Amino acid sequence: MSVIYFMLAASAIVAVVFFVAFIVAVKSGLYDDSYTPSVRMLFEDELVKEKSDKSILTKKD
Amino acid sequence: MEQKKCFHCGLSTKDSEVIFDDKSFCCNGCKTVYEIFSKNDLTCYYDMQQAPGSTPKEIEGKYNFLENDKIIEKLLEFNDGKTQIVTLYIPHIHCSSCIWVLENLNKIHPAISASIVNFGKKNVRVTYNSELLSIKDLVLLLNSIGYEPFISLDDYSTRKNHIDRSLIYKLGFAGFAFGNVMFLSFPEYFEVNEYWLEQYKPVFRWLMFTYSIPVVFYSAQEYFISAYKGLRSKMLNIDVPIALGIIVLFLRSTAEIIFDLGAGFFDSLTGLVFFLLLGRFFQQKTYSFLSFERDYKSYFPIGITKILSDGREESIQVYDIEKGDRLLIRNEELIPVDSILIKGNAHIDYSFVTGESKPVSKSSGDKLFAGGKQLDGTIEVDVLKSVEQSYLTQLWSNDVFKTDKAESFTTITNSISKYFTVVILIIATLATTYWLFEDSSKALNVFTAVLIIACPCALALSAPFTFGNILRIFGTKKFYLKNANIIEQLAKINTVIFDKTGTITANKNTTVNYEGIELSVDEELILKSTLRGSNHPLSRALYDLLNKNDIISLDNYNEFLGEGIEGTYKDTQIKIGSAPFVGYTSEINALNTAVHVSTNNTYKGKFTFYNAYRKGLSKLFNKLKKQYDLVILSGDNEGEKENLTKLLPPKTKLLFNQKPEDKLEYIKYHQSEGANVLMIGDGLNDAGALAQSNVGIAISENVNVFSPACDAILDASKFSQLYDFVNISKTSLKIIKWSFVLSFIYNIIGLWFAISGQLSPVFAAILMPLSSISVVVFTTLSTNMISRKLK
Repeated sequence: MSVIYFMLAASAIVAVVFFVAFIVAVKSGLYDDSYTPSVRMLFEDELVKEKSDKSILTKKD
Repeated sequence: MEQKKCFHCGLSTKDSEVIFDDKSFCCNGCKTVYEIFSKNDLTCYYDMQQAPGSTPKEIEGKYNFLENDKIIEKLLEFNDGKTQIVTLYIPHIHCSSCIWVLENLNKIHPAISASIVNFGKKNVRVTYNSELLSIKDLVLLLNSIGYEPFISLDDYSTRKNHIDRSLIYKLGFAGFAFGNVMFLSFPEYFEVNEYWLEQYKPVFRWLMFTYSIPVVFYSAQEYFISAYKGLRSKMLNIDVPIALGIIVLFLRSTAEIIFDLGAGFFDSLTGLVFFLLLGRFFQQKTYSFLSFERDYKSYFPIGITKILSDGREESIQVYDIEKGDRLLIRNEELIPVDSILIKGNAHIDYSFVTGESKPVSKSSGDKLFAGGKQLDGTIEVDVLKSVEQSYLTQLWSNDVFKTDKAESFTTITNSISKYFTVVILIIATLATTYWLFEDSSKALNVFTAVLIIACPCALALSAPFTFGNILRIFGTKKFYLKNANIIEQLAKINTVIFDKTGTITANKNTTVNYEGIELSVDEELILKSTLRGSNHPLSRALYDLLNKNDIISLDNYNEFLGEGIEGTYKDTQIKIGSAPFVGYTSEINALNTAVHVSTNNTYKGKFTFYNAYRKGLSKLFNKLKKQYDLVILSGDNEGEKENLTKLLPPKTKLLFNQKPEDKLEYIKYHQSEGANVLMIGDGLNDAGALAQSNVGIAISENVNVFSPACDAILDASKFSQLYDFVNISKTSLKIIKWSFVLSFIYNIIGLWFAISGQLSPVFAAILMPLSSISVVVFTTLSTNMISRKLK
């Protein structure tokens, strides 16, 4: 049953890996804005159309 | 008369309609934006929100400074010569269409590779190819679609402040530790006497200990700090029992595993800290949501008059004010932004800002600060800074949105927490002394158990969650409260006082009749100019009806509160107001609301106003009268007495000819007799009365005359729901009391086990989170339920 030592160690390592990932995510600003993603999620994906004409602004040049 | 609205920005198109693609626009600017969108397949913009756009501004040369390399350096977040990233603050972001179009910028210009919006902060982070697009072009592009960024170089130098994420880190760690400790304590829950379990018990226990140390010393820091501060100022706030509980839990559990007495309570410890922090996180989100809602949704439904370059006047929302705008500030109106005086005599009352009620005189070219109230006539100002809603909010209530928000909600909670700590300590001591005699080995066990199980977290969570939710719900129904204390106050009132003009009457629907000698063109000119300077509802109603062209600058203007206004131009003097004021003594029984006019002391005639009362007034009064004393204090004469007596329930007191001081005195007198007064006014000459009453509500119909003396703003369209709002406030207090009862039940059950020495870790670990969660669920569900009847 001494494999329990190994298993505990393994689980601790896995846990720490995820914890580190959490810290990295928070640092990179994942939780700074919790509102906009909720709105963004509801936008519809648009069908990709084959548009060959350029935007109106480049036309003005 | 139906006003056509611009498809793009929603403003009316009356004078200058432009039609394109079967849609009407108010100007060529809006039409151009629409063109840009439709050519680039971005018409989805209009699907999500009605008229979400704004007119692009004329900005020739305004952004030339963006060609300067040094400045560009300061502004950019990232620059490697080819790709640049910049974050721009765009005040106009206010809806989902804005997010959508700003995140689809790459469709308008292919050099933009990505753009992400942060709605709460109203900024957009754009990544673009700097070889094809310069930052100046980007800004011009944004302006051309109506999303002009606001760039202030001062902001950027001090911008590197780090966002405070400590709560998320603490919460994250507490959750991480909580989960792991729960797993590790599982074997001990089942008390199975297997050999291998006995062998490895210490390992599990010490691991739990290791996880708990950072939780206690890092995640739970603020509770210790707050409890220490409270004790230092000799106050038993809610954090004292929490801190006590955490310390006892930790010490006892450590002692237990060292001396092999048991498994310890590490699971309850980490769970407790985790739920407390979760509550705090939720609280923070609610508040930031509230302040953000207040910020952008034109929280103060106030408009201000802007003078366009062609001399026309336009009413715009306060948050649309931009630097360089010319604004018209009338008598008694608040200056919403820092600006420079251009025209007019400025006498500014800065009492809301500095507390000094003596007005300050300013002359042309002087800087005027936001928050001052203009007295004595109209002035025109040029805007220096665009309005910071937060500044006006600060003016209104300085303490609400600071970091230590828990403080403002603790009236009920604080009073209970004082008793709570003391009672718990008493119970603990009593139980311990009992056991000292019975079976002394259990004494310490019991003492610590009592302190552990008496969970104050439910108490700490009830009030914030309830009030927070109510504030938010009320806000969505256009009843904006200053802070949560107002809810408690509203629940306690017994007298309701209404102002008449502007409060129970609706200015928009007044009809006016003129009787008397016809005014000459010059006289009418002076009449209009004089009216323009006054903010009294009658003056404004009259002014709106007259043709607004050719306003002249008066030589002299005076407003006499409660009597009338007077203006002089060249050699003509005009007086507008009550009969005695204009010198008309013949007619004694003028019993309608009438505004008399005299020029050069010769009586000319009168404008008679036929009051239109707000819809739902009788119903509201009939509902209110059952529980409250009702009073109407009017500055007007008794003309409406009959009408009011018919409309309103019999016991309503009607008092007329009340000057502002009279109203104030009336309220004071009744308060000394024990009345708790709710005053509803339009904020104009009721400012003193509103401040004096226990709760002062200002009814707003989009006029810039709210006074920070009020405790709440109610949108005029929701006036008939006043009874429901007050009722819900009362019920919310009941909800809090019930949730206290609920948490007491948990406490009693827990205490029963603690006192009898049977408290096991499993039990504690289940009971404590359960009580917190059930309190939160209960308060949230019940507040949502009782608010259902609000339309």
